[in-house]
Amino acid sequence: MSELTLTLIKLGFLALLWMFVLAVLSVIRSDLFGAKVDSRAAAAAVPQNTRTPKTAKPAKKRKGLPASVTIADGPQAGVGASLTEEPVIIGRGSDCQIRLDDDYSSTRHARLFMSEGQWWVEDLGSTNGTYLDGQRVTRPVPAEIGGSIRIGRTTLNIAK
Amino acid sequence: MSIASTSVIQIIPRTRRGVELFLLLIAVGVSVAAYVNIGITAEEGVPASTGLYAAGIGLLALIAHLALRFRAPYADPVILPCAVLLNGLGVAMIHRIDLGLTAIGRTKGVPFAPQQITWTAVGVVGFLAVIIVIRDHRRLQAFTYTLGLAGLVLLVLPLVPGIGANVNGAPIWIRVAGMSFQPGEFAKVCLVIFFAGYLVVKRDVLTLAGRRFLGLDLPRARDLGPILIAWLVSLGVLVFESDLGSSLLFFGLFLFLLYVSTERAGWLIIGGVLFAGGAYFAYATFGHVHRRVTDWLDPWAIDGGQVKLGLMGQAWGGILGRGLGQGHPEATLYANSDMIISSMAEELGLTGLIAIILIYTLIIERGLRTALGCRDIFGKLIATGLAMSFALQVFVIVGGVTGLIPLTGLATPFMALGGTSLVANWAIIALLLRISDQARRPQTPAAPVSDETIAMAVQKQ
Repeated sequence: MSELTLTLIKLGFLALLWMFVLAVLSVIRSDLFGAKVDSRAAAAAVPQNTRTPKTAKPAKKRKGLPASVTIADGPQAGVGASLTEEPVIIGRGSDCQIRLDDDYSSTRHARLFMSEGQWWVEDLGSTNGTYLDGQRVTRPVPAEIGGSIRIGRTTLNIAK
Repeated sequence: MSIASTSVIQIIPRTRRGVELFLLLIAVGVSVAAYVNIGITAEEGVPASTGLYAAGIGLLALIAHLALRFRAPYADPVILPCAVLLNGLGVAMIHRIDLGLTAIGRTKGVPFAPQQITWTAVGVVGFLAVIIVIRDHRRLQAFTYTLGLAGLVLLVLPLVPGIGANVNGAPIWIRVAGMSFQPGEFAKVCLVIFFAGYLVVKRDVLTLAGRRFLGLDLPRARDLGPILIAWLVSLGVLVFESDLGSSLLFFGLFLFLLYVSTERAGWLIIGGVLFAGGAYFAYATFGHVHRRVTDWLDPWAIDGGQVKLGLMGQAWGGILGRGLGQGHPEATLYANSDMIISSMAEELGLTGLIAIILIYTLIIERGLRTALGCRDIFGKLIATGLAMSFALQVFVIVGGVTGLIPLTGLATPFMALGGTSLVANWAIIALLLRISDQARRPQTPAAPVSDETIAMAVQKQ
């Protein structure tokens, strides 16, 4: 057998081996960067969801001070804290008022505090960020009744 | 809102069994290609046994795949193909070394490759048993202490006179009914489950009590008990069984799980100091440890040492390798078990070795990802422990073979010749897949609010 054939076989096998590695990497890529949501699939998913007639979220917001913040979904649903005077810290740490069991949240993730007669949501330098109604919280923003805070995989509702 | 729309990870529960089947086809294809390649270059022509080999490995992969399809549909799609590929490559390399040994007349009668295929079949049966019997890994928590005891018994079993056997200088084998086993491989699985079960209960005590010293959270003296026991047991394994690798593996595993469950870096420092002390003690006291270190510091000091021959083989392989069937891996002692990584490096080169290490890394990554996604702490700790046992094993053996650390006798998972290790590794993979099935399975229907937020996030894209 010629030297050239042997070299080609050798390189071909290495290429095959790497092809497997790359195939696996492309499969798990969605795990690292998030699955791309197909717009058609999303369009199909939205009408399916019969419980969302109130997509116009700001309309739901009412006057008055919020009185409680509660975890909305998952195994911890219903856990929450009432908003009195004291600031409420949310995170994974044991010193938090709302202790999340969520791997995507930081030890001290976010804070709700009372200032100038209203409640504010502030991100405490968390790794994955805090979202109020889908917007990333970069500086303290007012928290209103009906708003939802997303921390990691957990959603919390602000209620009266 | 570019930030919000890109960082929303919509988790759609998908079984992904089709992807797994596709990857399995590639994995089996690569294994068969390796076998054919060896046939062409080392045997002059495609060997007649190719069909048998392809059918065997393909059938075993298919059986494992079908078991997952019916019993664990949401299991991770990547772990099984990676395991099949490593196993298949290992068998092909063992077959290649059989040919080499026959050529230089060092054959010991029966070829090793058919044995390894038989053990693969036993391993897949074990895989099926774990997947079918263990429906929910949380049930195992009830057996925490039973499994801990079983692990200890398995560890000391080779010391029992009558069934213990001393193979290649380390009495870590038992001989039952004419076959030898390495019970330490199964002890590893039992002890991971025991550590996980123990730490689930104790981790709060270990985390909360303690004091800060030099910026470190140190645990209380009375909580040091378990780590000292783990240290003593692993030292005992070292003293009485001369098994450096297993001792390192058990202590490392316990330390990792302790760190993961308590999030205290102080444990790692205490463990590191204990390990350094133990290692120095072993170096100063035991001849075989001393010899390993000498062999590591100066591979040329020992005439015909396996590390030396392995390193020469790897250097000869270079970047692209000699090509399958065109090197001389059989010249190294234990080329098909301890030194199989060096045999791979000789024939596939650095390029192939990196691919193999990446495949191990992928299994480990998927294990840790399973731990992240798992909803209960017990499952998290088991998945972390099993993934770390792979990581430690691969690090210790690859590091030893490539001259990074002293060589110790741990089996290269899935590749090295050895039935017990293969069966134990298939059981580990089954357990990981069982936990990942739990972790990736869709939860109870989400509350309205979470649907709403997802729908909003989708619309913004």
